[in-house]
Amino acid sequence: MTRTLQRLLVQLLNALLVFSALMGLWYFIIWWRHMPAFMLPSPLQVLQAAIARRSELFASFLITAEEAAGGLLASIIAGIAIALVFAQSRWMRSTLYPYTILLQTVPIIAVAPLILMWVGYGSSSVLLIAFIICLPPIIANTTQGLVSVEENLVQLFAMHNASGAQVLFKLRLPHAMPSLFTGIRISAGISLIGAITGELFAGSNRVGEGGLGYSILYAMAQVETDYLFALVAACTVLGFTFFFLAMFAEWFALHNWHESARASDSTEN
Amino acid sequence: MSDLRTIPHISCNAVTKRYGSQTILDNISLEIPKGGFVSLIGPSGCGKSTLLKCISGLLPLSSGEISVDGMTPRNARELTSFIFQDPTLLPWRTVERNLTLGLELDGVARDRRKEKARELLSLVGLTHVARAYPRQLSGGMKMRVSIARALASRPQVLLMDEPFAALDEMSRDRMNEELMRLRDEQKWTAVFVTHSVAEAVFLSTRIIVLSAHPGRVARDLPIPLPFPRTAATRSSNAYEALVSQVSRALREGMQS
Repeated sequence: MTRTLQRLLVQLLNALLVFSALMGLWYFIIWWRHMPAFMLPSPLQVLQAAIARRSELFASFLITAEEAAGGLLASIIAGIAIALVFAQSRWMRSTLYPYTILLQTVPIIAVAPLILMWVGYGSSSVLLIAFIICLPPIIANTTQGLVSVEENLVQLFAMHNASGAQVLFKLRLPHAMPSLFTGIRISAGISLIGAITGELFAGSNRVGEGGLGYSILYAMAQVETDYLFALVAACTVLGFTFFFLAMFAEWFALHNWHESARASDSTEN
Repeated sequence: MSDLRTIPHISCNAVTKRYGSQTILDNISLEIPKGGFVSLIGPSGCGKSTLLKCISGLLPLSSGEISVDGMTPRNARELTSFIFQDPTLLPWRTVERNLTLGLELDGVARDRRKEKARELLSLVGLTHVARAYPRQLSGGMKMRVSIARALASRPQVLLMDEPFAALDEMSRDRMNEELMRLRDEQKWTAVFVTHSVAEAVFLSTRIIVLSAHPGRVARDLPIPLPFPRTAATRSSNAYEALVSQVSRALREGMQS
Protein backbone atom coordinates (compact mmCIF):
# COMPACT_ATOMS: atom_id res chain seq x y z
CA MET A 1 0.00 0.00 0.00
CA THR A 2 2.75 2.46 0.93
CA ARG A 3 4.52 1.49 -2.28
CA THR A 4 1.44 2.40 -4.31
CA LEU A 5 1.22 5.71 -2.44
CA GLN A 6 4.88 6.34 -3.13
CA ARG A 7 4.45 5.63 -6.81
CA LEU A 8 1.44 7.92 -6.91
CA LEU A 9 3.38 10.76 -5.29
CA VAL A 10 6.26 10.35 -7.72
CA GLN A 11 3.81 10.43 -10.61
CA LEU A 12 2.18 13.56 -9.25
CA LEU A 13 5.56 15.22 -8.83
CA ASN A 14 6.51 14.31 -12.40
CA ALA A 15 3.27 15.77 -13.70
CA LEU A 16 3.87 19.00 -11.78
CA LEU A 17 7.42 19.24 -13.12
CA VAL A 18 6.30 18.83 -16.72
CA PHE A 19 3.50 21.36 -16.18
CA SER A 20 5.85 23.96 -14.70
CA ALA A 21 8.34 23.39 -17.51
CA LEU A 22 5.62 24.03 -20.10
CA MET A 23 4.46 27.19 -18.32
CA GLY A 24 8.10 28.32 -18.15
CA LEU A 25 8.51 27.71 -21.87
CA TRP A 26 5.34 29.72 -22.51
CA TYR A 27 6.65 32.76 -20.56
CA PHE A 28 10.06 32.35 -22.17
CA ILE A 29 8.58 32.56 -25.69
CA ILE A 30 6.63 35.72 -24.78
CA TRP A 31 9.80 37.32 -23.41
CA TRP A 32 12.11 36.09 -26.17
CA ARG A 33 9.91 36.95 -29.18
CA HIS A 34 8.41 40.08 -27.55
CA MET A 35 4.90 38.70 -28.05
CA PRO A 36 2.10 41.20 -27.54
CA ALA A 37 -0.83 39.92 -25.47
CA PHE A 38 -3.24 39.91 -28.45
CA MET A 39 -0.87 37.41 -30.17
CA LEU A 40 0.09 35.29 -27.20
CA PRO A 41 -1.34 36.12 -23.77
CA SER A 42 0.42 34.78 -20.70
CA PRO A 43 -1.06 31.87 -18.74
CA LEU A 44 -2.06 34.29 -16.01
CA GLN A 45 -3.90 36.52 -18.47
CA VAL A 46 -5.75 33.50 -19.83
CA LEU A 47 -6.74 32.50 -16.31
CA GLN A 48 -7.91 36.02 -15.55
CA ALA A 49 -10.02 36.13 -18.71
CA ALA A 50 -11.53 32.76 -17.82
CA ILE A 51 -12.44 33.93 -14.34
CA ALA A 52 -13.76 37.29 -15.46
CA ARG A 53 -16.05 35.73 -18.06
CA ARG A 54 -16.76 32.48 -16.20
CA SER A 55 -20.54 32.49 -16.58
CA GLU A 56 -20.30 33.05 -20.33
CA LEU A 57 -17.56 30.42 -20.58
CA PHE A 58 -19.54 27.91 -18.56
CA ALA A 59 -22.66 28.53 -20.63
CA SER A 60 -20.72 27.81 -23.83
CA PHE A 61 -19.20 24.75 -22.23
CA LEU A 62 -22.63 23.39 -21.33
CA ILE A 63 -24.09 24.07 -24.78
CA THR A 64 -21.29 22.18 -26.51
CA ALA A 65 -21.41 19.40 -23.92
CA GLU A 66 -25.14 18.97 -24.47
CA GLU A 67 -24.83 18.94 -28.25
CA ALA A 68 -21.98 16.44 -28.22
CA ALA A 69 -23.60 14.22 -25.58
CA GLY A 70 -26.94 14.35 -27.40
CA GLY A 71 -25.29 13.32 -30.67
CA LEU A 72 -23.33 10.58 -28.93
CA LEU A 73 -26.34 9.13 -27.10
CA ALA A 74 -28.44 9.20 -30.24
CA SER A 75 -25.65 7.48 -32.16
CA ILE A 76 -25.39 4.76 -29.49
CA ILE A 77 -29.10 4.01 -29.69
CA ALA A 78 -29.28 4.19 -33.49
CA GLY A 79 -25.95 2.38 -33.86
CA ILE A 80 -27.06 -0.57 -31.74
CA ALA A 81 -30.34 -0.77 -33.64
CA ILE A 82 -28.55 -0.73 -37.00
CA ALA A 83 -25.98 -3.28 -35.78
CA LEU A 84 -28.83 -5.60 -34.73
CA VAL A 85 -30.21 -5.38 -38.26
CA PHE A 86 -26.75 -6.00 -39.75
CA ALA A 87 -26.24 -9.00 -37.47
CA GLN A 88 -29.31 -10.73 -38.89
CA SER A 89 -27.72 -11.77 -42.13
CA ARG A 90 -24.57 -11.68 -44.16
CA TRP A 91 -26.64 -10.38 -47.04
CA MET A 92 -27.72 -7.32 -45.04
CA ARG A 93 -24.13 -6.64 -44.05
CA SER A 94 -22.67 -6.91 -47.52
CA THR A 95 -25.46 -4.78 -48.99
CA LEU A 96 -25.65 -2.04 -46.39
CA TYR A 97 -22.22 -1.93 -44.80
CA PRO A 98 -20.58 0.07 -47.65
CA TYR A 99 -22.87 2.96 -46.76
CA THR A 100 -21.52 3.00 -43.23
CA ILE A 101 -18.02 3.31 -44.66
CA LEU A 102 -19.27 6.05 -46.96
CA LEU A 103 -20.63 7.88 -43.93
CA GLN A 104 -17.25 7.55 -42.28
CA THR A 105 -15.18 8.62 -45.29
CA VAL A 106 -17.12 11.76 -46.24
CA PRO A 107 -15.37 14.61 -44.40
CA ILE A 108 -17.91 16.08 -42.02
CA ILE A 109 -16.69 19.60 -42.78
CA ALA A 110 -17.77 19.10 -46.38
CA VAL A 111 -21.28 17.99 -45.42
CA ALA A 112 -21.85 20.48 -42.61
CA PRO A 113 -23.03 23.34 -44.90
CA LEU A 114 -25.65 21.02 -46.45
CA ILE A 115 -26.97 19.98 -43.06
CA LEU A 116 -27.22 23.61 -42.00
CA MET A 117 -29.09 24.43 -45.16
CA TRP A 118 -31.58 21.62 -44.56
CA VAL A 119 -31.96 21.66 -40.79
CA GLY A 120 -31.24 25.30 -40.12
CA TYR A 121 -28.78 27.20 -37.99
CA GLY A 122 -28.68 26.24 -34.33
CA SER A 123 -28.17 23.45 -31.85
CA SER A 124 -30.19 20.78 -33.64
CA SER A 125 -27.90 20.89 -36.69
CA VAL A 126 -24.86 20.73 -34.45
CA LEU A 127 -26.31 17.73 -32.65
CA LEU A 128 -27.02 16.08 -35.99
CA ILE A 129 -23.45 16.64 -37.17
CA ALA A 130 -22.11 15.09 -33.93
CA PHE A 131 -24.53 12.19 -34.42
CA ILE A 132 -23.36 11.51 -37.97
CA ILE A 133 -19.70 11.52 -37.02
CA CYS A 134 -20.31 9.23 -34.01
CA LEU A 135 -22.45 6.67 -35.77
CA PRO A 136 -19.96 4.63 -37.88
CA PRO A 137 -17.68 3.48 -35.01
CA ILE A 138 -20.70 2.33 -33.00
CA ILE A 139 -22.19 0.41 -35.91
CA ALA A 140 -18.90 -1.18 -36.96
CA ASN A 141 -17.82 -2.28 -33.49
CA THR A 142 -21.21 -3.49 -32.30
CA THR A 143 -21.83 -5.47 -35.48
CA GLN A 144 -18.42 -7.08 -35.14
CA GLY A 145 -19.22 -8.05 -31.55
CA LEU A 146 -22.62 -9.46 -32.43
CA VAL A 147 -21.41 -11.68 -35.25
CA SER A 148 -18.11 -12.88 -33.81
CA VAL A 149 -19.65 -15.25 -31.26
CA GLU A 150 -17.88 -18.62 -31.16
CA GLU A 151 -19.60 -21.34 -33.13
CA ASN A 152 -19.50 -23.70 -30.14
CA LEU A 153 -21.46 -21.26 -27.99
CA VAL A 154 -24.11 -20.97 -30.69
CA GLN A 155 -24.28 -24.77 -30.79
CA LEU A 156 -24.52 -24.92 -27.01
CA PHE A 157 -27.62 -22.73 -27.22
CA ALA A 158 -28.92 -24.87 -30.08
CA MET A 159 -28.61 -27.98 -27.90
CA HIS A 160 -31.08 -26.35 -25.52
CA ASN A 161 -33.42 -25.45 -28.38
CA ALA A 162 -32.90 -21.78 -27.49
CA SER A 163 -35.19 -19.28 -29.21
CA GLY A 164 -33.86 -16.48 -31.41
CA ALA A 165 -34.57 -13.97 -28.66
CA GLN A 166 -32.66 -16.07 -26.13
CA VAL A 167 -29.64 -16.29 -28.43
CA LEU A 168 -29.77 -12.54 -28.98
CA PHE A 169 -30.26 -11.40 -25.38
CA LYS A 170 -28.35 -14.06 -23.49
CA LEU A 171 -25.52 -14.63 -25.97
CA ARG A 172 -24.98 -12.13 -28.77
CA LEU A 173 -25.70 -8.85 -26.98
CA PRO A 174 -23.63 -9.56 -23.85
CA HIS A 175 -20.85 -10.85 -26.10
CA ALA A 176 -20.95 -7.58 -28.05
CA MET A 177 -20.66 -5.36 -24.97
CA PRO A 178 -16.84 -4.98 -24.99
CA SER A 179 -16.90 -4.05 -28.70
CA LEU A 180 -19.79 -1.67 -28.14
CA PHE A 181 -17.80 0.12 -25.45
CA THR A 182 -14.77 0.34 -27.72
CA GLY A 183 -17.06 2.06 -30.21
CA ILE A 184 -18.42 4.39 -27.53
CA ARG A 185 -14.91 5.34 -26.44
CA ILE A 186 -13.95 6.26 -30.01
CA SER A 187 -17.20 8.14 -30.60
CA ALA A 188 -17.02 10.01 -27.29
CA GLY A 189 -13.79 11.61 -28.52
CA ILE A 190 -15.02 12.51 -31.97
CA SER A 191 -18.45 13.69 -30.80
CA LEU A 192 -16.74 16.89 -29.64
CA ILE A 193 -14.99 17.32 -32.96
CA GLY A 194 -18.41 17.00 -34.57
CA ALA A 195 -20.06 19.44 -32.20
CA ILE A 196 -17.32 22.08 -32.41
CA THR A 197 -17.07 21.76 -36.20
CA GLY A 198 -20.83 22.14 -36.37
CA GLU A 199 -20.72 25.24 -34.21
CA LEU A 200 -18.04 26.84 -36.37
CA PHE A 201 -20.55 26.67 -39.22
CA ALA A 202 -23.85 26.89 -37.45
CA GLY A 203 -22.99 29.53 -34.91
CA SER A 204 -25.95 30.40 -32.83
CA ASN A 205 -29.44 31.76 -33.11
CA ARG A 206 -28.70 34.58 -30.73
CA VAL A 207 -25.45 36.42 -29.99
CA GLY A 208 -23.82 35.35 -26.74
CA GLU A 209 -25.60 32.00 -26.63
CA GLY A 210 -23.34 29.87 -28.76
CA GLY A 211 -21.21 26.87 -27.82
CA LEU A 212 -17.44 26.74 -27.58
CA GLY A 213 -16.90 26.53 -31.35
CA TYR A 214 -19.03 29.56 -32.00
CA SER A 215 -17.43 31.51 -29.16
CA ILE A 216 -13.98 30.69 -30.54
CA LEU A 217 -14.91 32.30 -33.86
CA TYR A 218 -16.40 35.28 -32.06
CA ALA A 219 -13.39 35.74 -29.76
CA MET A 220 -11.09 35.54 -32.80
CA ALA A 221 -13.04 38.24 -34.62
CA GLN A 222 -12.89 40.48 -31.54
CA VAL A 223 -9.18 39.74 -31.03
CA GLU A 224 -9.91 38.57 -27.48
CA THR A 225 -6.99 36.20 -27.60
CA ASP A 226 -6.85 35.60 -23.84
CA TYR A 227 -10.49 34.46 -23.85
CA LEU A 228 -9.86 32.44 -27.00
CA PHE A 229 -7.21 30.50 -25.09
CA ALA A 230 -9.64 29.97 -22.23
CA LEU A 231 -12.16 28.55 -24.72
CA VAL A 232 -9.58 26.16 -26.16
CA ALA A 233 -8.74 25.03 -22.63
CA ALA A 234 -12.46 24.48 -22.01
CA CYS A 235 -12.63 22.28 -25.14
CA THR A 236 -9.77 20.20 -23.74
CA VAL A 237 -11.44 19.87 -20.35
CA LEU A 238 -14.62 18.78 -22.09
CA GLY A 239 -12.67 16.21 -24.11
CA PHE A 240 -11.11 14.78 -20.97
CA THR A 241 -14.50 14.66 -19.25
CA PHE A 242 -16.03 12.71 -22.12
CA PHE A 243 -13.07 10.36 -22.29
CA PHE A 244 -13.19 9.60 -18.58
CA LEU A 245 -16.96 9.19 -18.55
CA ALA A 246 -16.69 6.69 -21.40
CA MET A 247 -13.87 4.86 -19.63
CA PHE A 248 -15.84 4.77 -16.40
CA ALA A 249 -18.97 3.47 -18.11
CA GLU A 250 -16.88 0.76 -19.73
CA TRP A 251 -15.22 -0.17 -16.46
CA PHE A 252 -18.54 -0.19 -14.68
CA ALA A 253 -20.18 -2.48 -17.21
CA LEU A 254 -17.31 -4.88 -17.79
CA HIS A 255 -14.94 -4.91 -14.83
CA ASN A 256 -16.33 -8.12 -13.39
CA TRP A 257 -15.65 -10.31 -16.33
CA HIS A 258 -13.73 -8.71 -19.13
CA GLU A 259 -9.93 -8.78 -19.35
CA SER A 260 -9.59 -5.34 -20.89
CA ALA A 261 -11.42 -3.60 -18.06
CA ARG A 262 -9.30 -4.82 -15.18
CA ALA A 263 -5.88 -6.22 -14.44
CA SER A 264 -6.00 -9.96 -13.83
CA ASP A 265 -6.65 -11.14 -10.30
CA SER A 266 -6.74 -14.81 -11.17
CA THR A 267 -7.11 -17.40 -8.43
CA GLU A 268 -5.41 -20.21 -10.34
CA ASN A 269 -5.06 -23.55 -8.64
CA MET B 1 -31.26 -55.68 -16.13
CA SER B 2 -29.26 -57.29 -18.92
CA ASP B 3 -32.33 -56.90 -21.13
CA LEU B 4 -32.50 -53.19 -20.52
CA ARG B 5 -28.81 -52.79 -21.20
CA THR B 6 -28.94 -54.42 -24.60
CA ILE B 7 -31.72 -52.20 -25.93
CA PRO B 8 -29.93 -49.89 -28.40
CA HIS B 9 -30.05 -46.44 -26.90
CA ILE B 10 -28.26 -44.78 -29.76
CA SER B 11 -28.36 -46.38 -33.12
CA CYS B 12 -26.59 -45.24 -36.26
CA ASN B 13 -27.74 -46.88 -39.46
CA ALA B 14 -25.61 -46.44 -42.60
CA VAL B 15 -24.68 -42.91 -41.59
CA THR B 16 -23.00 -40.99 -44.40
CA LYS B 17 -21.87 -37.38 -44.31
CA ARG B 18 -20.46 -35.51 -47.28
CA TYR B 19 -19.16 -31.99 -47.71
CA GLY B 20 -19.33 -31.33 -51.43
CA SER B 21 -17.48 -34.14 -53.15
CA GLN B 22 -15.64 -35.11 -49.99
CA THR B 23 -16.99 -38.02 -47.95
CA ILE B 24 -16.34 -37.53 -44.24
CA LEU B 25 -18.36 -40.44 -42.85
CA ASP B 26 -18.96 -43.45 -45.04
CA ASN B 27 -21.77 -45.85 -44.23
CA ILE B 28 -21.28 -46.07 -40.47
CA SER B 29 -23.55 -48.41 -38.56
CA LEU B 30 -23.29 -48.59 -34.82
CA GLU B 31 -25.47 -49.57 -31.89
CA ILE B 32 -24.81 -48.29 -28.41
CA PRO B 33 -26.75 -49.95 -25.59
CA LYS B 34 -28.23 -48.04 -22.66
CA GLY B 35 -25.57 -47.23 -20.10
CA GLY B 36 -22.72 -47.90 -22.51
CA PHE B 37 -19.64 -45.72 -22.60
CA VAL B 38 -18.30 -45.72 -26.14
CA SER B 39 -15.16 -43.91 -27.22
CA LEU B 40 -14.56 -42.90 -30.81
CA ILE B 41 -10.87 -42.84 -31.60
CA GLY B 42 -8.96 -42.47 -34.81
CA PRO B 43 -6.54 -40.29 -36.78
CA SER B 44 -7.36 -36.67 -37.62
CA GLY B 45 -9.85 -36.51 -40.45
CA CYS B 46 -11.62 -39.74 -39.52
CA GLY B 47 -14.75 -37.75 -38.76
CA LYS B 48 -15.13 -38.72 -35.11
CA SER B 49 -16.20 -35.22 -34.08
CA THR B 50 -18.47 -35.03 -37.12
CA LEU B 51 -20.16 -38.28 -36.07
CA LEU B 52 -20.67 -36.90 -32.57
CA LYS B 53 -22.23 -33.71 -33.92
CA CYS B 54 -24.52 -35.83 -36.12
CA ILE B 55 -25.66 -37.81 -33.06
CA SER B 56 -26.38 -34.51 -31.29
CA GLY B 57 -28.42 -33.30 -34.25
CA LEU B 58 -26.16 -30.27 -34.71
CA LEU B 59 -25.18 -31.52 -38.16
CA PRO B 60 -27.63 -32.99 -40.69
CA LEU B 61 -26.77 -36.31 -42.36
CA SER B 62 -26.24 -36.74 -46.08
CA SER B 63 -27.88 -40.15 -45.86
CA GLY B 64 -28.63 -42.84 -43.30
CA GLU B 65 -30.40 -42.58 -40.01
CA ILE B 66 -29.61 -41.93 -36.37
CA SER B 67 -32.00 -42.56 -33.53
CA VAL B 68 -31.53 -41.64 -29.89
CA ASP B 69 -33.88 -43.49 -27.57
CA GLY B 70 -36.10 -44.10 -30.57
CA MET B 71 -36.26 -40.42 -31.51
CA THR B 72 -34.51 -38.26 -34.08
CA PRO B 73 -31.42 -36.56 -32.62
CA ARG B 74 -33.15 -33.18 -32.72
CA ASN B 75 -36.14 -34.41 -30.79
CA ALA B 76 -33.88 -36.21 -28.33
CA ARG B 77 -32.06 -33.00 -27.36
CA GLU B 78 -33.97 -32.74 -24.12
CA LEU B 79 -32.33 -35.91 -22.87
CA THR B 80 -28.96 -35.18 -24.46
CA SER B 81 -26.10 -32.99 -23.23
CA PHE B 82 -23.06 -32.02 -25.24
CA ILE B 83 -19.66 -31.21 -23.77
CA PHE B 84 -17.42 -29.28 -26.12
CA GLN B 85 -13.67 -29.36 -26.55
CA ASP B 86 -13.33 -25.96 -24.90
CA PRO B 87 -15.31 -25.14 -21.75
CA THR B 88 -17.68 -22.81 -23.69
CA LEU B 89 -18.50 -20.81 -20.57
CA LEU B 90 -20.09 -17.39 -20.87
CA PRO B 91 -17.42 -15.02 -19.49
CA TRP B 92 -20.00 -12.47 -18.25
CA ARG B 93 -21.70 -15.00 -15.99
CA THR B 94 -20.48 -16.29 -12.67
CA VAL B 95 -19.75 -19.99 -12.27
CA GLU B 96 -23.12 -20.42 -10.60
CA ARG B 97 -25.02 -18.72 -13.41
CA ASN B 98 -23.05 -20.60 -16.05
CA LEU B 99 -24.07 -23.86 -14.44
CA THR B 100 -27.73 -23.02 -14.67
CA LEU B 101 -27.65 -21.56 -18.19
CA GLY B 102 -29.29 -24.64 -19.67
CA LEU B 103 -31.99 -24.71 -17.03
CA GLU B 104 -32.63 -21.03 -17.65
CA LEU B 105 -32.99 -21.63 -21.39
CA ASP B 106 -35.36 -24.49 -20.62
CA GLY B 107 -37.49 -22.13 -18.52
CA VAL B 108 -36.80 -23.61 -15.08
CA ALA B 109 -37.82 -21.21 -12.27
CA ARG B 110 -35.17 -19.17 -10.46
CA ASP B 111 -35.55 -20.81 -7.04
CA ARG B 112 -35.25 -24.27 -8.53
CA ARG B 113 -32.16 -23.13 -10.47
CA LYS B 114 -30.47 -21.83 -7.33
CA GLU B 115 -31.10 -25.08 -5.56
CA LYS B 116 -29.83 -27.07 -8.54
CA ALA B 117 -26.71 -24.89 -8.74
CA ARG B 118 -25.83 -25.68 -5.12
CA GLU B 119 -26.27 -29.37 -5.77
CA LEU B 120 -24.08 -29.27 -8.90
CA LEU B 121 -21.37 -27.16 -7.27
CA SER B 122 -20.92 -29.68 -4.51
CA LEU B 123 -21.09 -32.55 -7.01
CA VAL B 124 -18.00 -31.26 -8.84
CA GLY B 125 -16.35 -29.66 -5.78
CA LEU B 126 -16.60 -26.03 -6.90
CA THR B 127 -18.72 -24.53 -4.13
CA HIS B 128 -15.89 -22.17 -3.15
CA VAL B 129 -15.85 -20.51 -6.58
CA ALA B 130 -19.61 -20.22 -7.11
CA ARG B 131 -19.43 -16.41 -7.44
CA ALA B 132 -16.19 -16.31 -9.43
CA TYR B 133 -16.05 -15.45 -13.12
CA PRO B 134 -14.63 -17.97 -15.61
CA ARG B 135 -11.46 -15.94 -16.25
CA GLN B 136 -10.53 -16.45 -12.60
CA LEU B 137 -10.51 -20.24 -12.96
CA SER B 138 -7.83 -22.66 -14.12
CA GLY B 139 -8.37 -24.79 -17.23
CA GLY B 140 -9.33 -27.85 -15.19
CA MET B 141 -11.84 -25.93 -13.09
CA LYS B 142 -13.44 -24.42 -16.19
CA MET B 143 -13.85 -27.90 -17.65
CA ARG B 144 -15.46 -29.08 -14.43
CA VAL B 145 -17.97 -26.24 -14.67
CA SER B 146 -18.65 -27.26 -18.25
CA ILE B 147 -19.28 -30.87 -17.21
CA ALA B 148 -21.47 -29.86 -14.29
CA ARG B 149 -23.50 -27.65 -16.62
CA ALA B 150 -24.01 -30.59 -18.97
CA LEU B 151 -25.22 -32.73 -16.06
CA ALA B 152 -27.60 -30.03 -14.80
CA SER B 153 -30.47 -31.17 -16.96
CA ARG B 154 -30.10 -34.80 -15.80
CA PRO B 155 -29.20 -36.08 -19.27
CA GLN B 156 -29.62 -39.69 -20.30
CA VAL B 157 -27.13 -39.25 -23.10
CA LEU B 158 -23.82 -37.45 -22.73
CA LEU B 159 -21.88 -36.56 -25.86
CA MET B 160 -18.30 -35.40 -25.29
CA ASP B 161 -15.98 -33.97 -27.93
CA GLU B 162 -12.41 -34.29 -26.61
CA PRO B 163 -13.34 -32.45 -23.42
CA PHE B 164 -9.93 -32.92 -21.77
CA ALA B 165 -7.68 -32.37 -24.79
CA ALA B 166 -6.43 -29.02 -23.50
CA LEU B 167 -5.55 -30.25 -20.01
CA ASP B 168 -2.19 -31.47 -18.78
CA GLU B 169 -1.89 -35.20 -18.15
CA MET B 170 -2.37 -35.06 -14.40
CA SER B 171 -5.51 -32.94 -14.56
CA ARG B 172 -6.76 -35.15 -17.34
CA ASP B 173 -6.33 -38.31 -15.23
CA ARG B 174 -8.11 -36.64 -12.35
CA MET B 175 -10.96 -35.52 -14.58
CA ASN B 176 -11.25 -39.05 -15.99
CA GLU B 177 -11.61 -40.47 -12.49
CA GLU B 178 -14.17 -37.83 -11.65
CA LEU B 179 -16.12 -38.63 -14.79
CA MET B 180 -16.23 -42.31 -13.77
CA ARG B 181 -17.46 -41.35 -10.31
CA LEU B 182 -20.23 -39.20 -11.82
CA ARG B 183 -21.16 -42.01 -14.18
CA ASP B 184 -21.63 -44.39 -11.25
CA GLU B 185 -24.04 -41.92 -9.72
CA GLN B 186 -25.94 -40.84 -12.79
CA LYS B 187 -25.88 -43.76 -15.27
CA TRP B 188 -25.94 -41.99 -18.59
CA THR B 189 -25.10 -43.41 -21.99
CA ALA B 190 -21.92 -41.76 -23.21
CA VAL B 191 -20.20 -41.20 -26.53
CA PHE B 192 -16.72 -39.83 -26.07
CA VAL B 193 -14.35 -38.55 -28.75
CA THR B 194 -10.66 -38.60 -27.91
CA HIS B 195 -7.13 -38.77 -29.30
CA SER B 196 -5.81 -40.56 -26.25
CA VAL B 197 -5.78 -44.36 -26.19
CA ALA B 198 -5.10 -44.46 -22.44
CA GLU B 199 -8.06 -42.20 -21.73
CA ALA B 200 -10.34 -44.20 -24.01
CA VAL B 201 -9.42 -47.51 -22.36
CA PHE B 202 -9.84 -46.11 -18.87
CA LEU B 203 -13.31 -44.71 -19.53
CA SER B 204 -14.97 -46.98 -22.03
CA THR B 205 -17.03 -50.11 -22.13
CA ARG B 206 -16.27 -50.18 -25.84
CA ILE B 207 -13.90 -48.43 -28.24
CA ILE B 208 -14.69 -47.78 -31.88
CA VAL B 209 -11.57 -47.22 -33.97
CA LEU B 210 -12.31 -45.17 -37.07
CA SER B 211 -10.13 -44.97 -40.17
CA ALA B 212 -9.79 -41.78 -42.16
CA HIS B 213 -10.64 -40.60 -45.69
CA PRO B 214 -13.41 -41.58 -45.63
CA GLY B 215 -14.33 -42.22 -42.00
CA ARG B 216 -15.26 -45.86 -41.52
CA VAL B 217 -15.48 -48.19 -38.56
CA ALA B 218 -12.12 -49.99 -38.59
CA ARG B 219 -12.40 -51.92 -35.32
CA ASP B 220 -14.97 -52.35 -32.58
CA LEU B 221 -13.25 -53.39 -29.36
CA PRO B 222 -14.97 -54.27 -26.06
CA ILE B 223 -13.16 -53.07 -22.94
CA PRO B 224 -14.00 -55.63 -20.28
CA LEU B 225 -12.34 -53.84 -17.35
CA PRO B 226 -14.33 -54.09 -14.11
CA PHE B 227 -16.16 -51.13 -12.54
CA PRO B 228 -15.75 -49.01 -10.50
CA ARG B 229 -12.73 -47.65 -12.29
CA THR B 230 -10.35 -45.67 -10.15
CA ALA B 231 -6.72 -44.58 -10.22
CA ALA B 232 -5.84 -48.20 -9.30
CA THR B 233 -7.33 -49.41 -12.59
CA ARG B 234 -4.43 -47.84 -14.47
CA SER B 235 -1.87 -50.02 -12.76
CA SER B 236 -3.61 -53.32 -13.57
CA ASN B 237 -2.14 -55.70 -16.15
CA ALA B 238 -5.44 -55.98 -17.95
CA TYR B 239 -5.49 -52.18 -18.47
CA GLU B 240 -1.99 -52.16 -19.92
CA ALA B 241 -2.73 -55.07 -22.22
CA LEU B 242 -5.83 -53.29 -23.51
CA VAL B 243 -3.94 -50.04 -24.09
CA SER B 244 -1.39 -51.81 -26.28
CA GLN B 245 -4.14 -53.74 -28.05
CA VAL B 246 -6.03 -50.53 -28.89
CA SER B 247 -2.82 -48.78 -29.93
CA ARG B 248 -2.09 -51.62 -32.34
CA ALA B 249 -5.64 -51.47 -33.71
CA LEU B 250 -5.28 -47.72 -34.18
CA ARG B 251 -2.01 -48.16 -36.12
CA GLU B 252 -3.59 -50.82 -38.34
CA GLY B 253 -6.59 -48.58 -38.82
CA MET B 254 -4.34 -45.78 -40.02
CA GLN B 255 -2.56 -48.02 -42.51
CA SER B 256 -5.65 -49.53 -44.11
